[in-house]
Amino acid sequence: MITALLLFWPALAALLVLLIKGQGAKKVAFVAALIEFALSLFALSGFDAQNGNTQLMLNLPWVESAGISFSIGMDGISILMVLLTTFLVPLIVLSSFKHDYKNPNVFYALILFMQTGLIGVFVAMDAFLFYFMWEVALIPIYFIAAVWGGENRIKVTFKFFVYTIFGSLFMLAAFVYLYLQTPGTHTSDINAFYQLALSSGEQSWIFWFLFIAFAIKMPIFPFHTWQPDTYTESPTQATMLLSGIMLKMGIYGVIRWLLPVVPMGVSEWTNLVLILSIIGIVYGSIIAIRQRDLKRLIAYSSIAHVGLIAAGIFTLNEQGLQGGVIQMLSHGINVVGLFFIIDIIFTRTNTREISSLGGITQNAKALSIFFMILLLGSVALPLTNGFVGEFLLLSGVFQYNYIYGGVAGLTIILGAVYMLRMFQGVMFGTKSEATENFTDLTFNEKAVLIPLVIMVFWIGLFPNTFLSISEPAVMNLLTIINR
Amino acid sequence: MTSIILLSVFGIANLFIGFTKSKRILLPLALLFLIVVFGVNLLSWNDTQTYFNNMITIDNYAVAFTGIMVLTTLLLIPFSQRYVEEGDSNLAEYYSLLLFSLVGAVMMVSYENIIMLFVGIEILSIAMYVVAGSNKKSLRSNEAALKYFLMGSFFTGILLFGIVLIYGATGTFNITEIGAAQIATDGVMSSMFILGLLMVVIGISFKISAAPFHFWAPDVYEGSPTFFTAFMSTVVKTAGVAAFFKLMAAAFAASYAAWFPTLIAITVLTLVVGNIGAVVQSSAKRMLAYSSISHAGYLLMSLIAFNSNSASSILFYSLSYASASIAAFGVLMLVADQKGSDKYEAFNGLGKSNPLLAFVMTVAMLSLAGIPLTAGFFAKFFVFSAVLEDPNMLWLVVIAVILAAVGIYYYFRVVIAMYMQPATNFEKVRVGSFASFTLIFITVLTLLLGIAPALINDLL
Repeated sequence: MITALLLFWPALAALLVLLIKGQGAKKVAFVAALIEFALSLFALSGFDAQNGNTQLMLNLPWVESAGISFSIGMDGISILMVLLTTFLVPLIVLSSFKHDYKNPNVFYALILFMQTGLIGVFVAMDAFLFYFMWEVALIPIYFIAAVWGGENRIKVTFKFFVYTIFGSLFMLAAFVYLYLQTPGTHTSDINAFYQLALSSGEQSWIFWFLFIAFAIKMPIFPFHTWQPDTYTESPTQATMLLSGIMLKMGIYGVIRWLLPVVPMGVSEWTNLVLILSIIGIVYGSIIAIRQRDLKRLIAYSSIAHVGLIAAGIFTLNEQGLQGGVIQMLSHGINVVGLFFIIDIIFTRTNTREISSLGGITQNAKALSIFFMILLLGSVALPLTNGFVGEFLLLSGVFQYNYIYGGVAGLTIILGAVYMLRMFQGVMFGTKSEATENFTDLTFNEKAVLIPLVIMVFWIGLFPNTFLSISEPAVMNLLTIINR
Repeated sequence: MTSIILLSVFGIANLFIGFTKSKRILLPLALLFLIVVFGVNLLSWNDTQTYFNNMITIDNYAVAFTGIMVLTTLLLIPFSQRYVEEGDSNLAEYYSLLLFSLVGAVMMVSYENIIMLFVGIEILSIAMYVVAGSNKKSLRSNEAALKYFLMGSFFTGILLFGIVLIYGATGTFNITEIGAAQIATDGVMSSMFILGLLMVVIGISFKISAAPFHFWAPDVYEGSPTFFTAFMSTVVKTAGVAAFFKLMAAAFAASYAAWFPTLIAITVLTLVVGNIGAVVQSSAKRMLAYSSISHAGYLLMSLIAFNSNSASSILFYSLSYASASIAAFGVLMLVADQKGSDKYEAFNGLGKSNPLLAFVMTVAMLSLAGIPLTAGFFAKFFVFSAVLEDPNMLWLVVIAVILAAVGIYYYFRVVIAMYMQPATNFEKVRVGSFASFTLIFITVLTLLLGIAPALINDLL
């Protein structure tokens, strides 16, 4: 029941927010998002972390004659993703308080509505419900990015939209095929999909149908071309939603709907996927080094980070998968924080060009500290959250193939290069015209950054809080994959 | 049967009421007539009856499709308000022609005898030839009527020729007996029969504007007044596909192998022509005309599936397509009337000036594009899963999926124009009370079916 409440509360709140005229909408949206966070903590309190099975289930008939059910529930991986979503959304809403967007009621209603889609993706235990929610998450973010975005938004967001829909239609076709392979009167329940006995030929093409959908969403090289432009042109809140949470839908999709459903197909193509992911790591990092625009830099660094997560989970060992899960949390937290800091700098100086910034530390001590912490988390310094994830992921890749592990390990060096270069250019050096009168953080801005920084250290120092929740579920998944 | 009689009587009654001075009562009256027919039609649910020496059977299939077609007309009628306001002197005739063509449409879904199918198609078509040219002062409208009439008559001839050849081969017009005749010979049929069969397939393909017999459609749809274009691309298409499936299932199931390859070729061509053709249009109305061709392709896919799920997937698809189309054409009509253009640019800034209208149009476009939360998603889903019952047809679904992604491109051009392009003038589009109520009703229906498809899908 609590799962259904988690799923529907944001949508309900979205309708409420729609009715509010003026800028009051953001406050209501913030409160609604906080309530959702409280609900997710309540769900966590009723969750048995020792148990690897799906819990807090709700199963109602939906299209009964076709065997499609409204089946939701959470295991350790799902609940972590849900917590990430409910943790980030209030911060994302709060981060927008200094902007006065036009039609604020629609803007915040769309954010909340999207949250329903995101939660839905993470809790769906029925293939068609999953697909349904997958698209429900897409439509609001398209409108947020396309209506409130920058100058080139129309073309850029349209490319993003068509790209992702194109991918997901293949996923739908694969799901329909799998559904029709289930015995008796067909069902689209996830456990029925896990039990299918498919030939290796079938698994091989189904793998690609599903992989394209997920790879576009993540995005994995060479399906990434929509990503940097979309991140750059979208309003900051949309960029945060896209990079912080929506990208995780793709990775989660791989973990839940690809690896266990077509294990033979996966093992046939693992090598290729790993190579693509590792190309993505190196390629994303090198291009990030060359970027002058802050938002684009983080966008490319995101490609590199996701490449490592993808490489880790496709190694199909415990370290890789666990690392993937924890790194999804870390990446979500760090990237949202970094985009927020860029937004802070941009609203004060009206520029995102590294070359026209500099010397911000002299005026803004607090900002520098927060920026540094998030940045170090992102380059995976020990004691920060990024370290735990990257360590596990790299050890997973090393177990699979030490050459791949070596190349993937470049991410640590290259990451330090582009991140520190950026920090140096923006924060140190002499003040420029734009940063002459830079003011330090306001209360609101600190309120967003403090929870993020706490999480950076929490995950960095006590990763077991989170790893222990996902471990039984990951072990469960591995048994299904290796059956 | 009562619905056929009632529609005919109401149609004639309407003509006479047209002589009165007060044109204002015509619209509410037409709505009332249709509501009565809709209700009476439902009384025949689960009560299968045959009439006229086995010429017509009213079964659940007929009732369901009649219901959808009457409902579609019912939702369309409010958009004729502009004719009322302009004081168009032919208003009564327009309504009567729609009622008469519904008679034909009902016969097309309830025939038991192939002659009744022919009569139904003709009753439907003749009314359509007239309304296509109803805008007498417009060159395009005249062209549309003439083109439709000439092409239509030609293909009617082919259809009739086909029916005659089948009669010659089997000695009967009754569809069940035609089916039995093939089983008696183990499906081995004379070339006369096969030729007749293919001619019938071609004749009906023309009526539902399937490629390569679609060339009339874009011109006729664009040239006709939008009000009637909406009727042609919804009711006529629903009747055509429902009649097609009934014919194939009852009469030609045994000679499946003979028509199956032809139908696959027609379907693939229709999908490609419809979707690619829509991409290059600069007029939203012409885009909707091509999109109507592409939807004929998706409807034909459920015919290709040819299994127990076909009927219900055609039913669901027809309803979701018809409701989204009526909304799309309705909004187009209102916008084009005000701005004097049916190009994409006419929609610029609609999101600002008429948020409700823009929302209705967005839902309609999402539904036509087949995106979840709208009926269009489940419509496509049911069609695809019906086809995939035969795993060998995966390639067809892949083609359809790719073309559905193409479809998103042209449907979203309208959405982008409404929300993201600056408006040329911020003039608010006027919407009549009937029309705005109908638009809201359609939007709710589309969203409701997108969340709870079982309401309709479990009927057949």
